[in-house]
Parts: sequence; C-alpha cells; structure tokens
Amino acid sequence: MAELRQRGPAEKDLQHRRSEDKGSETEGRSERDGASDNEAKSDSGIPEVAGSADDTPEVLNKALSGLSSRWKNWWVRGILTLAMISFFFFIIYLGPMVLMMIVLCVQIKCFHEIITIGYSVYHSYDLPWFRTLSWYFLLCVNYFFYGETVTDYFFALVQREDCLRILSKYHRFISFALYLTGFCMFVLSLVKKHYRLQFYMFGWTHVTLLIVVTQSHLIIHNLFEGMIWFIVPISCVICNDIMAYMFGFFFGRTPLIKLSPKKTWEGFIGGFFATVVFGILLSYVMAGYRCFVCPVEFNNDSNRFTVDCEPSELFQLQDYILPSVLHSVTGWTTVKLYPFQIHSIALSAFASIMGPFGGFFASGFKRAFKIKVGVICQTFANTIPGHGGIMDRFDCQYLMATFVNVYIASFIRGPNPTKVIQQLLALRPDQQLHIFNSLKAHLTERGLLPALEAAA
Amino acid sequence: MTERTQQRAQICGHKQTRAARVSLCTCRRRYLWSPLVELTGLATLTPCWLCSFLTRTSDDIYVLFRLNRAKMTELRRRGGGGDPDSTENISDKEADGDDKLGFPGEAEGDTEGDSKADTPDVPPSIDNTPQCLNKALEGLSLRWRNWWVRGILSLTMIIGFFLIIYLGPIMLILVVMSVQIKCFQEIITIGYRVYHSYELPWFRTLSWYFLICVNYFFYGETVADYFALVHREEPLQFLVRYHRFISFALYLAGFCMFVLSLVKKQYRLQFYMFAWTHVTLLIVVTQSHLVIQNLFEGMIWFILPISTVICNDIMAYLFGFFFGRTPLIKLSPKKTWEGFIGGFFATVVFSFLFAYLLSQYQYFVCPVEYNSETNRFTVECDPSNLFVMQEYTLPTAVQNAIRWKTVNLYPFQIHSIALSSFASLIGPFGGFFASGFKRAFKIKDFADTIPGHGGIMDRFDCQYLMATFVHVYIASFIRGPNPSKVLQQLLVLQPEQQLSIFNTLRNHLREQGVLPPAVAEAQ
Repeated sequence: MAELRQRGPAEKDLQHRRSEDKGSETEGRSERDGASDNEAKSDSGIPEVAGSADDTPEVLNKALSGLSSRWKNWWVRGILTLAMISFFFFIIYLGPMVLMMIVLCVQIKCFHEIITIGYSVYHSYDLPWFRTLSWYFLLCVNYFFYGETVTDYFFALVQREDCLRILSKYHRFISFALYLTGFCMFVLSLVKKHYRLQFYMFGWTHVTLLIVVTQSHLIIHNLFEGMIWFIVPISCVICNDIMAYMFGFFFGRTPLIKLSPKKTWEGFIGGFFATVVFGILLSYVMAGYRCFVCPVEFNNDSNRFTVDCEPSELFQLQDYILPSVLHSVTGWTTVKLYPFQIHSIALSAFASIMGPFGGFFASGFKRAFKIKVGVICQTFANTIPGHGGIMDRFDCQYLMATFVNVYIASFIRGPNPTKVIQQLLALRPDQQLHIFNSLKAHLTERGLLPALEAAA
Repeated sequence: MTERTQQRAQICGHKQTRAARVSLCTCRRRYLWSPLVELTGLATLTPCWLCSFLTRTSDDIYVLFRLNRAKMTELRRRGGGGDPDSTENISDKEADGDDKLGFPGEAEGDTEGDSKADTPDVPPSIDNTPQCLNKALEGLSLRWRNWWVRGILSLTMIIGFFLIIYLGPIMLILVVMSVQIKCFQEIITIGYRVYHSYELPWFRTLSWYFLICVNYFFYGETVADYFALVHREEPLQFLVRYHRFISFALYLAGFCMFVLSLVKKQYRLQFYMFAWTHVTLLIVVTQSHLVIQNLFEGMIWFILPISTVICNDIMAYLFGFFFGRTPLIKLSPKKTWEGFIGGFFATVVFSFLFAYLLSQYQYFVCPVEYNSETNRFTVECDPSNLFVMQEYTLPTAVQNAIRWKTVNLYPFQIHSIALSSFASLIGPFGGFFASGFKRAFKIKDFADTIPGHGGIMDRFDCQYLMATFVHVYIASFIRGPNPSKVLQQLLVLQPEQQLSIFNTLRNHLREQGVLPPAVAEAQ
C-alpha cells in the first residue's frame, strides 16, 4: 500500500504527502496500525517523529520494555482498546443514571478540547473574558436542553415542587435570558484591536456547541427510549472501525479517499458487511433482555430509574418468511427474528457508510489546523495513550446519534403520549373541547369507540 | 430695497426680478428644503423673507449639529487620551453606518476627520441612487444631499412596509423570505471577500444548498402545523410523516459533498467557510422562521416589534442629535446615553399608543388561519382576552396626580411595554454586534442594496434578537401549545394510546364542567 501510494503522486507533492502520512497516523481509528505507520516512516527516511508525550502508565511500560517500538505501539493501543470496551460494558451495567453522567462528561471534555484548539490556532489565550464566555455558553445551552428533557420525563416530580414548576413553566424564557446575558457580555467585551479574533472565537464556540452539545443531547434522548438504542449504534460504529481496519490490513489495496490515505475500499466494503452481521447478532442478544429494551422511566415513588415494562412488539420474536432464494440455500422456510433486527440493519448500514464521513471530517479538520503528531505534537489532546483525545474516539459518532434520533422519531414511535397529555391539559377549555370532539369523531370512524359512547 | 431686504438678499442670494416692491427670490439652492421648492416649482413664488428664513434655519440646525459633534469628539478625546490612531478614525468613518436613520448629515464631518489620519481610504460604495433622484438633487451641496437620499429612502421603506401589511399575510411571508435570502447572500459575500475564496470549488453551491435544506426543514414544520390541507393529499402526507428524516437526509447529502470537496491545500479555508455558513444560517434563518411564527399568532405580533425597533432607532438618533453629550460605548462612538434613555422612554410611549391603535382591528389581532375551503388566508375570529378592553385601577399615587380612578386599557398594552423595553435596552446590542462585525472585517456596509443606507443587513441588525424574544415571550406568557399541532400528534399515536388519552381528556373535561357528566360508562 505504501508503495502504491508513493508511486502515485508527482515528486513535488511527495514532501507534503510524507507529512500527511505522518498525520494519518492519528487517523487510524482502530488500534493496530502502528506497525504499518512505522514501516511507512522508515521507508521514506523522514526523521523519526517526536513522539507524543508518553502517557502510558508505568506498569505497561515495564511489561513492554522488551518489545521493539512497533509492536509496543500495537500492544498499547490494543490494551487501551480492551480497557475502553470493558469500561463501556461496566458503565452499561451501572445503569442509565451513570450513563447520563458519562455522556455529560464526554461532552464537556470534547468541548474543552475543541476550544483549546481554537485558542492555540488563534493565539487567543489573552483575550479577555473569552474562556469564561465559552464555558458560560456551554452551561446555558446545556441548561436549556437538559431542562427540556427533565420537563418531559420527570413530569410528576417537577409538578410536585413549586420552584421546579416555575422553572419549567418559564423554562424557555429563563434560558433565553441567560443566553442574552452572555451575548451582551460578549458585545461589551469587544476590545478595539481584537474584533476579528473575538468574532472568530464567538463563531468557533457556537459551531462547537452546535456539534457537540446537540449530539450529546440526542444521545440522551435515544437512551431514554431504551438502552438498546444507545448501545447498538455505538457498538456498530466501534465495530465498523475495527472491522474496516482488519479488512484493510489484510486485503487492502485501493485507496478510498485522498483525505485519509490509509482507508481502502476493501476495508470499507468488508467493514460494511461485517458490521451488518455484527449488528444483527448483537441486537438478537440484547433484545432478549428487558433491561435493555424498555424505555427508561423515573419512578416517582422510589425516586429511581426503572427499566421495567412489557416489551413492545418491536422486541418480540416473529416469524418471517424467507425469500425463495434463501429458502433453497438454507432449507428453512421461516426464520424467527425480532423486528428490531431489521431496524438494526438500517442502523449498521448507516454506521458503515456515513460514519466514516464523520471521520473524514475530523481528519480534514485536523489537517486544516495542522494538528498532527510532529507539528504541534498533539492529536486533539493526549487523554488516552496511544489513541489521542476523546474527540478522536468520538468523531465517527457525530452523525450516528442524530440519525438514530431521527430514525426513531420517523419510523419507530410517534410523539410521547405523556407529553401530548401535558400539552392538552395546558390548553384553554374551548380548545380542549374542540380537540375532544375531533378525537371522538376520529375514534368513532376507526371503530374504536362503540356508537353508544359516541352518542353520549 | 430697504436695508433689511438687502441683508436678506445677501443671505439667500436672490436676484431682483421685479419691481422693488415685490421682491421675489430665486434663491441659489443652498438650503435643505430647496429640492422640494425646486421640484414643485415654488421657487418663483418664495418671497425673500421666507427664503432667507429657511436658509438661516437650516444653517442653524447644521451649526447645532456640528457643535454637538465637536463637543462629543472633545469629550472622547479627553476621555480616551487623544488617540489619533487609525482605528479611531476608521471608527469615525465606519460609524457612519451605525446611524440607521434618515437625517444624519455627517458625511462632511467625516471627511474632516479623515484628513487627520492617513488610513487607506475604504473604497467608496457604488452609488446606487436612481437617476431621477440624482437629477433633482444635483444642485445641492454634498451634505444636504445625503440627508435627502436617506430621508427619501426611509420614507419609501416605511411606506413599503405599510403596503405589504395591507397586502396580507402571504405577502409578508414572501417578503420575510426574500429578506432572509438577501441577508444570507450579503453575509456569505462578505465571507468570500474576507477570505478571497471565490475560487473554492463547490462552495457557493454548498452554501445555497444548506440554505435550502434548512429552509425546507423549518417551512415544512410550519406548513405541516398550519395547513390541514396537507393531510388530504397523499404525496404531501408522506412528506409530512417522514419530514424530519427527509430533511436530515438532505442535510447529510450536503455534508458528504462538503467532505468530498475538501481540496488539499485549502482545508482551513473550507472549514472556515463551512463554519461561516452554519453560523449565518443559525442567525438568519432561525430568526426569520421565528418571525413567521410570530406572524401566524397575529399580525400585531409582527408589526409592533418591528415598528418598535425602528422607532427606537429614530428616537435615539433624534435625542442624541439634540441633547447628546456622553458617549455610550466605544464600539459605536456616535451613540450617546441621552439618546439611549430618551429613546427608551419615547419608544415605550410610542408602542403603548400604537398598541392601542392596532388592538382595535380584527385584521391585526386574529391568528392567521388557512381556510381549506376557500384556499386563502383568513384573519377573522373572536379577539382573545388580550385584546378586549379592560378596566385597570390606577395606583393611588397616580390617582392623586390625575384624578382618574380607573383607566381603560387593552391588556396587550401592558405586554407592549415589555416588548418595547426589550427593543430599547437590548435591541441596541444587536446593533453593536453588527458594528463590531463590520469593524472586525473592515467593511463599511454589509452591501449596497439600499442607496444611502447600505445593505439589507444594516437595516435589520437590531431586529435579530427581537424576533427571538417575541417568540419566547409568546410561548412563555401568552399562549400554550398550538392546538392543531397537538391534534396532529394525537392522530399519529397508536389507537390504544389515543383511546387512553381520550378517556383522560373526557374525565378532565367533566371535572371542569365543560362536558355534561356521564350517565353510565358503557365500557
């Protein structure tokens, strides 16, 4: 692959491409391309890249001290990946509350990483107020989004407490007032020679908020639908990374896109099929357990989250008739599947096809701001040894959360009935009467209401 | 000629055309009102005393204006340590764009300020004034000419505003959409100029594509809410049901095109423009969408906030012109505290009266509804409590002062006080934001669409926050959720959910006494 890549471009581009090769080290989002990176580097004879500040814990260092540096990288990444996956399962075990806190922490860390990049790009450490304002905006937007969630899902709890009730009734107004305060502080903080910089940072903060905070909020929404809607998409994206890497490693020939020279078409397609299969199997396993399948609800009496319910028909085994082609191949006429598995095909297809675009976006971003090992000596940050920062792990997940949310809203469920009741009760009596009559007419048409009731 | 007549003649430069007793003036066109005189052919009828009076008055006004500005400049210099910095002079010149009204004649003052510094001149805007105006004004000196151009354009815009209100809601929606598209185009063009990114592949296409996507999303949501007709047609029903999914797919296609269009040496530029487009969309499109939603609540919720912001601009300018001493903020050196406070009180009074005037007409007050039978918009209804006159008891202090016990007011007028306070106190921040933006990117005006005023954005920068505020205000304090939207959501639910909601609602209505109590439950 390295040879193909080197044969391709013209001579004068070679230098630039070498630095791209260096940079693409951080793009391998799966854990074991350290070896091929080192080989590419030694081939082109570039001076050894000054490694990222070595964060690996001492114990790992000792255990791996004997190995040559290329396998060492493999091992570090491999161990950290396993650690992250175990951690993932552990927090799933701990329940929805902890998951929410984790999502919140990840969001704050991502935001912090991107804002720090903005600082270093623009050398704006000494801008007055700017850090305060960025964090303030983050707080405002989070307050707005979490307030909406809390109001929706904790309705009874909110109605009990007076101050919470007032806060929820005027929630939008309060959020807007908070945001406005931040806006006015920004305007008042404009300093004469730094206008352009300050506007850039303002724009940077807002775009970051748009990307990071809305995505994390949608993840939480998905979580409340049922933990399976949180676990399966994330697992599909991770699996796609790993599988695409493996297929690319063993079979990869044709480069996929100039932006990430190490992605290959073989990896892409192989990863696609492997992820779909993995999604089907994983959803088969998970759909059997209530704790994953039921919407998360807040029990008012015990003041805890409960996941107890009757599984909806999405999670009940049904018979599907196989098309005749498969029938002749496997000799089965029908197969028992959860309907959810059909949906998981759609989710995993999206993860394989669109997920990488989020990765390309992040690669382009890193390349645009020259954030690569050896130039600024950082990936997004150095939080996870061998992998880079939190953003590096989560860049494929951007679009996934939004897609799952839109998918659920369009194909799975309608609006939340509790919410509709709330809205109904907030209307004026004459509007309620009007809706009552329309609904009665509609139900009578459908035959759900016997005619006797309709007459009453 | 008497002594006095001679003096007057000297002032206005008249030429004696008739016998000594009747002295008519064919004044040289030196004073403010002369174009009017010229256009209407009154020149030959203006007696000399009138001519000299007018000349002197206009001179006095100009002197007063110049004195004010000199005082302000002095105060600024004394306060700021006399910084003959280039930026300060740019700020003087660019601050020209800050005054959003019809009467400033500061073009001359700025040319003097310019000669003090040696900043490279900002290229003058292309002169867009129509030919007829140019001819009528060609005799005037430059300073009055600017006044006239701005004044005429302001009047035209205000008349245009009233005209489209008269034409009805559909027209308003179309106008809002056009303004939105023009604002978006202006800001994107600025982005191009700043970054010299005309040659970027795909970029213009992508920006407009994103604009179309976001508009499709928002208008789809609005249309689905308000037009029941949508439920009748089959293809429309499909579009409505999967609306979010379709919009998301469209946006994704744009996102993928962006990623595929990244060109090797221009990554940073492309990311900047991507972010620029998104922030612009965030500001411009969401605001215009909220304006349309306010409009559907009742045209008064559209007219009153906009008029309040315009009035605040004009009043703050006038108060600043006559009484202005203390500068308000370094960002806009021509705003003064006197203008700010005077504008605040004047705006509150204006909106109070204007609300009183508008609340009487059903045309303004009723929510805009779409009549499926006639396929037109109707504004007919029973005015809600907000627009029904009520008696308020005055507090005793005021009672002693004016000896009225109660006063008849529309409740809406109380709300209009809140709206106008916001427009006066926070609205200017939108203007400061736009000034800062223009100064940051060293542009004088957003564009040259309106002669004398600059681009559309220059007119609308104070309105940014107003639309959002009115929307949030309505949602929090005025009305609950939209009934047709709730009904829609109901119809989408599963039948058993619908049944359970039906029962809950029936019980609730029975408790409230709206429905007669049931005799027996069949089920």
